[in-house]
Amino acid sequence: MNAPLFTEDLKLLNGNHAVAWGVCLAEPDVAPVYPITPQTPILEKLIDFESRGACQIELLTPESEHSAMAAAIAASATGARVFTATSSQGLLLMHELLHYASGARTPIVLFNVNRTPAAPWGFWPDQIDSLSQRDTGWVQLYSESPQESLDSVIQAFRIAEAVNLPVMVNHDAFYVSHSVEPVSIPDAGMVRDFLPRIPREIQLGDGTGRSLGAPIDQAAWNLTRREMDAAMKRVENVSEQAGSEWERLTGRPSAPLEFYRCEDAEIVYVTMGSMSGTVREVVDLLRESGVPAGLLKVRLFRPLPVQALRHALAGTSCAIVLDRNYSPGTGGVLHQELKAGLFGMENPPRVHGMLAGVGGVNVPVGSIAKLAADCRNAEQTAEPVWVE
Amino acid sequence: MEMTKYRDNGQFCSGHVACAGCAEALSMRVILNAVGEDTVGVVAPSCTAVILGGHPMSSAKIPVLHGTLESAAASASGVKRALKAQGRDDTTVLCLAGDGGTYDIGLQALSSAAERNEDILYVCFDNEGYMNTGGQKSSSTPHMATTGSTPLGKATHKKNLIEILAAHRIPYIATASPSHLSDLAAKVEKAKSIRGTKVIIVLIPCLPGWGVADNAAVKTARLAVEAGAFPLLEIEDGVHYSLTVAEKTRPIDAYLAEQKRYRRLSDEDRAALQSEVDDAWSRLLARAGKDLNA
Repeated sequence: MNAPLFTEDLKLLNGNHAVAWGVCLAEPDVAPVYPITPQTPILEKLIDFESRGACQIELLTPESEHSAMAAAIAASATGARVFTATSSQGLLLMHELLHYASGARTPIVLFNVNRTPAAPWGFWPDQIDSLSQRDTGWVQLYSESPQESLDSVIQAFRIAEAVNLPVMVNHDAFYVSHSVEPVSIPDAGMVRDFLPRIPREIQLGDGTGRSLGAPIDQAAWNLTRREMDAAMKRVENVSEQAGSEWERLTGRPSAPLEFYRCEDAEIVYVTMGSMSGTVREVVDLLRESGVPAGLLKVRLFRPLPVQALRHALAGTSCAIVLDRNYSPGTGGVLHQELKAGLFGMENPPRVHGMLAGVGGVNVPVGSIAKLAADCRNAEQTAEPVWVE
Repeated sequence: MEMTKYRDNGQFCSGHVACAGCAEALSMRVILNAVGEDTVGVVAPSCTAVILGGHPMSSAKIPVLHGTLESAAASASGVKRALKAQGRDDTTVLCLAGDGGTYDIGLQALSSAAERNEDILYVCFDNEGYMNTGGQKSSSTPHMATTGSTPLGKATHKKNLIEILAAHRIPYIATASPSHLSDLAAKVEKAKSIRGTKVIIVLIPCLPGWGVADNAAVKTARLAVEAGAFPLLEIEDGVHYSLTVAEKTRPIDAYLAEQKRYRRLSDEDRAALQSEVDDAWSRLLARAGKDLNA
């Protein structure tokens, strides 16, 4: 270990390099990675660290994301701590194996850079790549900034290994992946203590001769999903604890939900990822002009912390969901999820679904601020609204 | 009889669910015993996965990861790297896949593992088609053979995977047959002693898929070897060819006659197949000879 690399320090890093720093500190044993824009700087930085001896990782560079995930699953099943990274088409190519990874209960950490899927080709920030994987059994976190991406990827290992489910951390292409900001690098020893090595209950080649993934009958298959359900139910709590401990260690809050000026807010914007920064500015402007607005940033999207959301939105009359994604035939995915999450709530807020920034288009402060006036006294509609 | 002298170390258990008379079960027994207990297996969906059986039972003593069809070599790479990170680099990683999982959907992952020269032993049980799904053609199905998806006989040739693998310059490639079990065991033991990617392709005459009598799998495999339709060979470092059965001792007719998948053939068809076998054999001899002269 090259100690001077890991002193508590501020470094000017883009989002992807911040992820690579976080991964290096988490000390995975194996990392199969395949390049794709705009993820590639994660791969390059990680290989740079490894080649300079700053970290010891078995790096595989296979021919596809599909093989990268296959190797990740197999390595994790053999007891290794495993990391991989991808984006858009790469994540979609992994789709089959995303199901396999969660079914096999392999606590892999994957970093996905949210990018538009083809067709047509585009390289722009849009979260439909990962949101369309929401039924694959992966925990999903969304990050707003390089610092949060570093913090989240470290916490992801803690969450994954506590519940034996894979965790996907996401940040927006370019707006976060290639934006540079001062990032605080945590102490290596502190991260090591934060991520103790937990012996696996099931590990291929542990001397017991037990196999993994063999065909089973209907009832046994059904049981695996009940067990996953129980594990998923633990995620919010585990994530809350990891976040609190991280805050105690670093001073940086890392709760599953982040609230900004939500106290007594009549209007609450709900969003994920880089959009949150713009919304914070909108909230400040609205508050200055006397409009009681707030921001609810969803970090933990899967499983969605439903009870916490219901609690947070009790007393709010208007929730405006900003979705940087589009699910054809329905609308924004966070909008759907929030509506479902609030179902049956007494005096629920009106929920307005806004398709804002789909395909990476810029959503300026003025457009978001205008939504407050548009929605404040308007009836909610089932149909999503495309934000100009 | 060869088998009366066979020392079984108990790595493959009785009670497996292969078809009665299946030569793959026989080959698995020899391979698992030769490779030994310090092994982790990776199995692609295939007859092998079925023969190993359903959870929580297993007919293999070694632990097995039942991976996905197209990713056997990638999965094996992942197991190997994890073992290496744990300081268990001497544990053998054995990949078992069918020809569908090797010649077709798994070729991309296999090519990549070979290019990286991952330290894995990859065994392909080649029954020349998707026999576990009821018998459809794969790219390993030979010319003129009928399958569920080539009812009039396959119009194109069997993919020459051996040459494709040789072009990767991996340290060891071999073919083997359940009719020559000592040869199979020797090749597994040799492969186990070599670091890097090793591939052994074992011909498995499929009883229902090829239309072979229940007691004729081994005989059919032997006829394939003797006719030169499935030569037994070794290739080291992609260039050093050697034949472990050096003679082609009979025409192809008896081999074809054992199988219902060739029953539509005319005399001209049989002559054409004989000519193809003769040409391939000549090319193989030239390669092996060329190496001897080098």
